[in-house]
Amino acid sequence: MSAVLRIPTVLRPAMGGESTIAVEGSTIGAVLAHVTERYPAVKGQLLNDDGTLHRFLNVYVNDDDVRYLGGVDALVSDRDEITLLPAVAGGAQ
Amino acid sequence: MLTLSATQRDTLVATCIRALPDEGCGLLLGTAEGVVEDVIASPNVAASAKVYEIDPKVLLRTFRRADDEGLVVLGVFHSHTHSPAYPSPTDIRQAPDPDWHYVLVSLAVVPADVRSYRIVEGEVTEEEVVPAGVTGQELVD
Repeated sequence: MSAVLRIPTVLRPAMGGESTIAVEGSTIGAVLAHVTERYPAVKGQLLNDDGTLHRFLNVYVNDDDVRYLGGVDALVSDRDEITLLPAVAGGAQ
Repeated sequence: MLTLSATQRDTLVATCIRALPDEGCGLLLGTAEGVVEDVIASPNVAASAKVYEIDPKVLLRTFRRADDEGLVVLGVFHSHTHSPAYPSPTDIRQAPDPDWHYVLVSLAVVPADVRSYRIVEGEVTEEEVVPAGVTGQELVD
């Protein structure tokens, strides 16, 4: 299964400088395991220690937010486009 | 330096006022040189007067639009409802991209105070906000 991973600008320096890479895996968890093995520096920004998705990372498979598709168990099909989007948050507090 | 037209500035402030009592927020779409082409309002999915979070659907849509139009997401704006237009420790800690412009809108004063900052590795630097003409181009004397 080969899908496309779109990498946000802020993570590109630690992920070979590319804006997209081909990835393998039939679930988001498998894809991110493959990615973090290749680029260990980004692991902490993508996954928690228990293997769940980082709170401040949004992951989309095509137009669907994976938090509604089972998170790391969300299925990935051939030619799917997976987009990583670090959350944008803050506030006066 | 951030180049922002009067209309865009009004849109920022109006978005934040409309979000009251919560913090208002949105994204800035434009050029890598810091010229804002469009202000993209977002729901504050944190739904709080103390914290904000950009709606992930708005993030996705805006990044795709940036790719389609040859623009960049060049920053984010949000309001402080009762405090100055300066990044809080939370803003600094959670700043997602060192290349971005961070615009703060304080609604604690009237008229609203709008300021822009760069946040790089925890260091905050205020930058000039340059008014643009109605075409979005920098004013030429």
